[in-house]
Amino acid sequence: MIAALTHLLAQVPDAPTTVLTSGRGINDNLFVIIAISAIFYGTPLLLAALGEMLTERSGILNLGVEGMMLMGAVAAAWTSIHASGPGWSVVLQALVASMVVGGLTALLHAVLVITFRVEQIVSGLAITILAGAAGLSSYLASTWELASGPVPHRLDLLDVGGLADTPVVGPLLFHQNVLTYFSWLLVGFLWWYLFRSRTGLHLRAVGESPATADAMGIHVNRYRYVHTVIGGTLAGLGGAFFPLAIIPLWSDGVTGGRGWIALALVIFGFWRPELILAGAYLFGAFSSLSLTLQARNVEVPTQLLDSLPYLMTIIVLVVVSTGWARRRVGAPAALGTAYEREAR
Amino acid sequence: MGVRTAVPSPLRQSLILPVSTGVDSPGANVHRTTSRSVKLLSVALVAVLSLVAAGCGGDDDAATTTTKASGSSGSSDSGVTKAAWVYVGPTNDGGWTQAHDAGRKMVEEELGDKVETTFKESVPEGPEAKQVMEDLIKDGNQIIFATSFGYGDALAELAKKYPDVKFEHATGAASSENLATYYGASEDTIYLTGIAAGAAIADGGTVGFVAPFPIPEVIRHINAFELGVQSVNPTATTKVVWTNTWFDPEVERKAADSLIADGVDAIASGQDSPASGEAALAKDLPFVGYDSDQSENLADVWLTASLYDWGPYYKKQIEAVADGTWKTGDYYGGIEDGFVHLAPFGQLVSKDTQATIEKQQDAIADGSFEVFAGPIEDQDGEVKIAEGETATLPELLSMDWFVKGVEGNPAG
Repeated sequence: MIAALTHLLAQVPDAPTTVLTSGRGINDNLFVIIAISAIFYGTPLLLAALGEMLTERSGILNLGVEGMMLMGAVAAAWTSIHASGPGWSVVLQALVASMVVGGLTALLHAVLVITFRVEQIVSGLAITILAGAAGLSSYLASTWELASGPVPHRLDLLDVGGLADTPVVGPLLFHQNVLTYFSWLLVGFLWWYLFRSRTGLHLRAVGESPATADAMGIHVNRYRYVHTVIGGTLAGLGGAFFPLAIIPLWSDGVTGGRGWIALALVIFGFWRPELILAGAYLFGAFSSLSLTLQARNVEVPTQLLDSLPYLMTIIVLVVVSTGWARRRVGAPAALGTAYEREAR
Repeated sequence: MGVRTAVPSPLRQSLILPVSTGVDSPGANVHRTTSRSVKLLSVALVAVLSLVAAGCGGDDDAATTTTKASGSSGSSDSGVTKAAWVYVGPTNDGGWTQAHDAGRKMVEEELGDKVETTFKESVPEGPEAKQVMEDLIKDGNQIIFATSFGYGDALAELAKKYPDVKFEHATGAASSENLATYYGASEDTIYLTGIAAGAAIADGGTVGFVAPFPIPEVIRHINAFELGVQSVNPTATTKVVWTNTWFDPEVERKAADSLIADGVDAIASGQDSPASGEAALAKDLPFVGYDSDQSENLADVWLTASLYDWGPYYKKQIEAVADGTWKTGDYYGGIEDGFVHLAPFGQLVSKDTQATIEKQQDAIADGSFEVFAGPIEDQDGEVKIAEGETATLPELLSMDWFVKGVEGNPAG
């Protein structure tokens, strides 16, 4: 991709520096601009993918991410419009509401696949269809007339320590909203949780070999319930990012399929939080690259650029599914299978 | 508790797809067969339930909503005209369909007991459309307004089959004996929004235009916009970014962000959602909307927008059905009959500019001024419309070049 980008820049007849800096300050540099959109548009993907990673680490595959994100988005939009109190508390309530609703949606999946041992793929798809763009989320939005106005209270960009204008790092590190900072903390916490904490070790055991975990005295289904529901709360939070930060207006199907990308990101990131962060930001960067280059008068094959992240995903999926990679990347071995005591 | 079963090798299982565990003992197989049939049952149940639920959702979405329940007779003998609307989107889409539904509500309000209106929303542009419209005809509707281009085939077929029913096709291309088309000259109002934008930015500044598809309609709108900008700010330019979608709020917002990052001084939109206005609001740049009045929501940055007013046309056509004077035609509304008009001005539009815009609006309405009057050059400086000439309708409908001052590629 770097090669593709360099190639594109080389096409520009006048000095490439114009494209890079647009003739202004360092913070208008093309790469800074791309990094800013990578973080901004990557944040909802990151949150949802981290949630799905936790769920999958426990051995549960939840294809309902898109549906849970939409439910979270609806809850956040409704709360922002109807809750009362100072702006920050309304936003906080909206975030909590999105987590609760996302968690409840995931609970439905958990009951179906853990207690009733329904096929996980079917249940997840059912949840996405049920809650999705043509289902419950748009029905609720239309009943509550969410589309009739903007979402009044939103996640504003912070200016941490007044450093927002610092060259390069300012807009990237000190000029983000609360949810982005939260997602960074979450990546660190989840890395510690998975690889350094006892509970995390247990979680991985449940995902790798539920029977062994059971023999160790770990409550397999309890772990699975908890992590499926937490996965749902994070998906709901990712959904809330759309009406609260990106487009503070309700429109049906506002998440636009990002839930599916989050699912792919989990595999893309080898079920590791730090790699998922990198993947989410890569998708975020590419999702607006073609528009950014157009604005800089670079003739780009936009369809090709738009399809690059998906192309990359396919390549990664192919690589990951080889036997060699499977031994190394650490997909939870029991992923997608229900656990039933004494059954083999 | 006793002895636990052996641990299955993790590598035996596929990565993401579920694979049955252990196949060693016959006893386990029997057990698994029962559990599998339970599983299958649950799967079937969930599948059915979700389909039912989705179906319910769909039904709700495309629900027939009839208002003004009156006498059961659908014929005009009762003095009540039955009119129906078929919408491509939900009535709360914040743009296109919402504007049509506002027209329907206006009809209801103004004609009162004399009309009974019905609408169906989120009707796909396919075989379902024909089915939906046939149902509406069987319910006794005398006139049907279909508000998306893609309903054309269904309308042509039904118009032949039901010669006594009147059909109306918004943005349609073909009319017949009982099938009329209707749309409007929004390039005229978009020219006026260009004046507002040109006056709001510094001399020689740039307006970023978030544009949907590189098709003649949109190119015409962008050209009209830039001509409006130039009329008050001769060296100002309009920079275009194509989103290749009518309605995708996230992409629209990203496109506006890209333009802002490139340093434009204002944002204009040709999209169905006002999402690009949010980007403008975040950076406090003047904003020109399209298709919906956001003067309250985006008050700080709002200039104005080009709007459609479908209501008066609907009322006129329904009244014509009621008194038997309905005739087919290809209606192309303009400023003069109020079909296209401007949204309220925002605080950024000065009194002087408002006066200029109103003067031009009157001149367009009375025919003394035309937006595409020569000399007009394209991006390469080639004269496309000569001095003393104006663009003909076929030229307008096939426009595939940008006027001088537009930055961007008219081919997308």
